[in-house]
Order: sequence, then C-alpha cells, then structure tokens
Amino acid sequence: MIDNWGRAIVDLIYLLSAALFVVAIWRLSSPRTARQGNTFAVAGMGLAILATFFHESIDKNYIWMVLAMVVGGAPGYVIAMRVKMTAMPQMVAMFNGLGGLASAFIGVSEALGKSNIATGTFATIVLGAVIGSLTFTGSLVAYAKLQGIKSVTSFKLPVERNLVAFASVGSMIVLIIASILAGSGGLGDTLLVIAFIVALVAGFLLVVPIGGADMPVVIAILNAFSGIAGILTGFALNLQPLIVAGTLVGASGLFLSLLMAKAMNRSLVNVIFGSFGAAAVKGGIESSGEAKPIRETTVEDAGISLGYAKRVIVVPGYGLAVAQAQHAVQELATVLQARGVNVRYAIHPVAGRMPGHMNVLLAEANVPYEDLYEMDAINDDFQRTDVALVIGANDVTNPAARDDPSSPIYGMPILKVDDAERVIVLKRGMSPGFAGVENELFHKPQTNMLFGDAKDSLQKLVGAVREA
Amino acid sequence: MDETFLAAIYVLVLASFLGTVLIQRVPPTLHTPLMSGTNMISGTIVLGGMLVLGSVDGFILQALAFIAIAAAMANVVGGYLVTDRMLGMFKGREKDSSREEKGS
Repeated sequence: MIDNWGRAIVDLIYLLSAALFVVAIWRLSSPRTARQGNTFAVAGMGLAILATFFHESIDKNYIWMVLAMVVGGAPGYVIAMRVKMTAMPQMVAMFNGLGGLASAFIGVSEALGKSNIATGTFATIVLGAVIGSLTFTGSLVAYAKLQGIKSVTSFKLPVERNLVAFASVGSMIVLIIASILAGSGGLGDTLLVIAFIVALVAGFLLVVPIGGADMPVVIAILNAFSGIAGILTGFALNLQPLIVAGTLVGASGLFLSLLMAKAMNRSLVNVIFGSFGAAAVKGGIESSGEAKPIRETTVEDAGISLGYAKRVIVVPGYGLAVAQAQHAVQELATVLQARGVNVRYAIHPVAGRMPGHMNVLLAEANVPYEDLYEMDAINDDFQRTDVALVIGANDVTNPAARDDPSSPIYGMPILKVDDAERVIVLKRGMSPGFAGVENELFHKPQTNMLFGDAKDSLQKLVGAVREA
Repeated sequence: MDETFLAAIYVLVLASFLGTVLIQRVPPTLHTPLMSGTNMISGTIVLGGMLVLGSVDGFILQALAFIAIAAAMANVVGGYLVTDRMLGMFKGREKDSSREEKGS
C-alpha cells in the first residue's frame, strides 16, 4: 500500500506540523493559553524543517540550507528581542515583506531551474512570484511610512494615483496571462521574470500614495497577501503544510483588514484607490471662525471628580503612547481602584497603529487584560459612567461621526464617550485629529479639558486623587 | 499530478473553513500577537526554499533560494520570539490562582 516509506514518514510529520499550526491559532482564543499556542506553532515549524532535510527531492546543499537559516535567524532574533512595542506595526510590515520576498525568489528559482513544468504548476509559480514580489515592495513602503522616513512619506506620484494603480495592476495581469500561456521554459520564463520585476515596481506604486492613517489596513492586507503567496508556493511545490499555513495567514489578514476598514468606515477598495486626507480637507469643517466654548479644568478638580466617582472609563488613544504615559495611566488606575472606584478601559479598534496595538501597549504597562474592553462590549456602559477620561484619543470619540451627515468621518463607529456624566479630556492643545476634523466632544457642556503633556498630567492626577 | 492537485485543493478548502472559524475566536485584545504569530507561521515558506536549494543548479538560482530561506527564517525566529514576548506581558488579575475558565 505504501511503496515509499521515506516519503510517507515525511508527509506524516508534515501533517503533524499543520495540525500544530491549527492548534496554535485555537489556543490564541484566550490570553491564558495563547503563549502555549505560540510554542506549539514553533514546535510544528521545527518538526517540518527537520523532516524536509529528508525530503526525497533534496539531494544537495544541506550545509548551505543551515547557513541560510543562521543568516536569517540571527537578525530575526536580535530584532525580536530589541523592538519596542510602539514599533510593532513596522516590524510586522517588515516580516510580511520578507515572507513575500521568499515566495517570489522561490518561484523564480524553481521556474528557471526546471524545464517542462506542467501548465497548472507553472501557473501557481507565476502567481506566487508576482503576489510575493508585490507584497515585498508594498511592505517596504508601509514600513518606511510607519517609521516616518521622510523621502517615502513625502513622495508624490507625478500622475493621478488611480491611473498608476490601474496601469500597474493591468500590466501585471497581462504579463501573468502571457507567461502562463507561453508555458514553462524559454519565453514563458522570460515573461515570468518581467512580471516579477513589474510587480516589484507595482508594489511600490500602489502603497506609496496611501496615507499614514490607513496603514493599519494596509499591513493587514499585505499580511493576507503573504499568506496567499504561501498557498500558491505550497501548490507549486506540493507542500501541504505550507498550504495550511498560508491559508491561516491569509484568513487572519483578510479578517483583520475587513475589521479595520469597518472601524474606519471605509471599504478596502476605497483604502487602496481613494485618498482620505484629500477628501477630509475638502469636507465640511465649518471653518473655526466662531470660537466655540471650551471649559478648562484643573488637576485638583479633576482629581476630586475621579477620586469620588463610582465608575470610570479610560479611553486611550495613540496620543497616550506618543506621550509614553501607559505606566502613568496604570498608576492612576491602581490608585483609583484602591479607593474602590471601578476603572475600565474602552479600546477602539483603531486606537493604536495596528489591530490590537493599544492592548499590547497597556499590557506592557501591567494593565490586566480583564480591564480592557472592546468598543461594542463597553459602549452601552458610558451612560452609567461618572467620569470618562479621554487620553490622547480624538476622532474615535467625535459625536459628529454619529450626528452630522456632512462630517467627513460620518458613519465611523465611535465610543459613546459623550453619554458619560462627565468627560475629562487630557490633551496637549486644540489640534484636530488624524482626519483633520474638529471634535464636537470638546465643546459639550459635560466636557472639561485638561491641557498639557499626558504623562505629566496623569502623574499630577495621581497626587490629586491621593489628596482628594 | 492530478491526484496530488486534487488533494491540495481539499486541504485548501478545509483549511479555509477552519481558519475562518478559528480567527474569529481570537479576541481583539490579541490581534497584534495574532499578526506577529501569523508572521511566524508564514515562515513555513522556508520549506519551499529548502526544496528549491536542494534541487536546482546554477549559482544565481541557488543564491535566490538561499536568500528565500534566510528571509523565511527571520520570520520564523523573529515572529516566534516577539509574539512570545508580547504574550508574556498579558497578565490576568489574579496571578497565582489556577482558576479554570472556559472561553465563552
């Protein structure tokens, strides 16, 4: 029944690895078991790599394989141990890109190294190589934008961006079809290499006009792309664990990009082809001619109000991380909780720079994960809340998204902060948020502004609460 | 060839259902570790690099496969470690209690 035992054993180990990947994602369903799941995944990976050394289609270059693993693994180790939690989006973008690069190079090498590849297999190689190289340069641009590298963030396309997008996508599709029709060897191989290079350029051109605010969606899309490139490579080389792994990555990337797009009230097509920044500036800011009233408050007053509250909800935004105030907010929460105040955190899906980013930043500051609530889980509790403490969050609290159809952010899901009895906003100044839209929350009668650096204000608030 | 292709389609379709269901069970609080963890899983592409490097001839093609293995391995090592670092930060309220709670 089994006439090739060596191959059968390798395949069985592959099956075990794929199962471990699935269990790993399963264990991610709770913070309690997630760490163990991650270890399952790396164990599966180790087994699969070991088994591959005994794969029947390998007969040379074993030393070089090990060397390549060291060459890649060592910087991977250093980066992973040193990276700051605020820089996590950049790191994920870079890893997406490396996955794409690997798929692309494997595809080119396999296609040019072998002749007479069956048409179906050749098609998966071409598609994998093109999507991989697109992912690679797209991710490099996303990395540069998140890192704030000026030459990339200020890069302007000389022509209309949708024209560029359609031209690059169109030429890729033509090259892919031509290459597959020509088939493996000779002309088909040449066309594959041209498609690979065009995809490298296209990845750059497609991502470079997308604004910084949309990068959470972009890195999730590129995550999905790296998974799809993996699936195609898995088909091309008949590697089933790679098909399973690629599918899990693709499903995760797709799910997260849809989630992010929904949280920003955008469609994926709109992110890739439309320009948010430009639309927002044109949009209905009834220019700040008439100065609307603002009520400032003092640290002492805010401290009393927090210290004698029953229920407090903290609404953190990325401004909190910019001010490096995560530890200060945790200290304030601890002091309040010691007085019997119920303190919870309301996390908007786009509170950070990538899905779940704010949760990691707060976890790093020892905030228990039970205290972190997602938008839908806590939104109805604001009306039973004494004080909502908004720290460095802006657009995600703007009632205009709910009430004002002329607002550029109308329809975006928001935290219903204005339902709280009192709102205290910690803010550096009156600058508008990412979308460039004025926030009506700041002018509501129940809202008090506490201006200053978030970290500094929070530390003073801790003192004020202790004395209250 | 046709049989292995069909088997691969089976794997893809079933894995898609499994992936869709499992990903939705991941709470939003773990979405960043999910992304870095899937970075590590996408490092499985290293197997492809090994198959190619172990079978093709010619310096340039082997160099491409070598780079592919290195890039994939950076994902494996980096993705695993950074995910482990992050998940180590997620602490529950009662630290030492062995409260068994099934996820809802």
